[in-house]
Amino acid sequence: MSFEKTFQDKVDQDIRIEPKDWMPDAYRKTLIRQISQHAHSEIVGMLPEANWITRAPSLKRKATLIAKVQDEAGHGLYLYSAAETLGISRDEMLGQLHSGKTKYSSIFNYPTITWADMGAIGWLVDGAAIMNQVPLCRASFGPYARAMVRICKEESFHQRQGFEILLVLSKGSEAQRRMCQDAIDRWWWPSVMMFGPNDDASPNSELSMRWKIKRFSNDELRQKFIDVCVEQVKLLGMTLPDPDLKWNEEKQHYDFGPIDWEEFKNVISGNGPCNKERLAARVQAHEEGAWVREAAMAHAEKKNKEKNAA
Amino acid sequence: MQHNWPLWEIFIRSKQGLDHKHVGSLHAADAEMAIENARDVYTRRMEGVSIWVVESKYVHASNPDDAGAFYDPANDKVYRHPTFYDLPDELKHM
Repeated sequence: MSFEKTFQDKVDQDIRIEPKDWMPDAYRKTLIRQISQHAHSEIVGMLPEANWITRAPSLKRKATLIAKVQDEAGHGLYLYSAAETLGISRDEMLGQLHSGKTKYSSIFNYPTITWADMGAIGWLVDGAAIMNQVPLCRASFGPYARAMVRICKEESFHQRQGFEILLVLSKGSEAQRRMCQDAIDRWWWPSVMMFGPNDDASPNSELSMRWKIKRFSNDELRQKFIDVCVEQVKLLGMTLPDPDLKWNEEKQHYDFGPIDWEEFKNVISGNGPCNKERLAARVQAHEEGAWVREAAMAHAEKKNKEKNAA
Repeated sequence: MQHNWPLWEIFIRSKQGLDHKHVGSLHAADAEMAIENARDVYTRRMEGVSIWVVESKYVHASNPDDAGAFYDPANDKVYRHPTFYDLPDELKHM
């Protein structure tokens, strides 16, 4: 039996692929691309939220936000480690992020201009991420699936605290209610776009499905997300900014309006409101931290020498 | 960077009385830093009461390509399991 056949048989039987098992080159490459992009998204995702740590409206909100940003750092680290088992180094991945060769989720190229954005990000952005991530807990590559299990467990609090922020604002003053609606209006469409291009414009999807890296198509997940949010927004007494949202009795789903794919392409290709700022912040942190990494290594080597000499 | 921090495998005991279990890996300059980083990365929600770290280069693993032949010796020894033995139903406490 060929290596390729053995591999696909395992995948078909839901037997996980582990780092030392034989795998097709394209499978390895696809995973490295997907997992490293995912890791980058977690790390860059810390930036828009960190923006509000110093201005959180209460000690409770500040502690929550710090915990959430720490979680994102942790998620990035789980994922970088998972990608490293495929034979790419951490340095190489960071280099690809900094040079713009690999992308991160374009959602993080939007600015966080009011406190309500912390609520909308938790509810919508983390909500969409969870919708995407839950099926990845069963992805065929073991280290990725295990990292995702850990991430999904932690992500649930992110979404709940976000919805709670909006709920409190929705019961507040007229100005707070306006702020709440404004944040929903700005984050809705970018969140809907997080599921990626329509299925007929997503060329890699079929292979990813066959390899069980992906379990549901972009459009399936997007529909599921929209159906859930339309109900949830009612609890806030707010609206979603789509006049075409309408229950379709025949499909048993909500119909929704056209997605502005031009904007999506524009933001992905580097022209979103914050692309330059986000990448510059990452590069700066990496470069300014270089001496710390070198000093720690020098210190460890010195201690090691002393121990060996003793 | 000239010297990259080495990779460490992290094992965590989730509760007194249980085994340490592999949870993942991370980079650190030395063992002390690996333990502190492991605390921050893998036990933010009280997931552990004890941490082991082992530099990844010291882990030796069996070869998955040989798995068939390697585990074969145990494959035909059903008599190692209690259910192999045919005993009357009336026999109690065994």
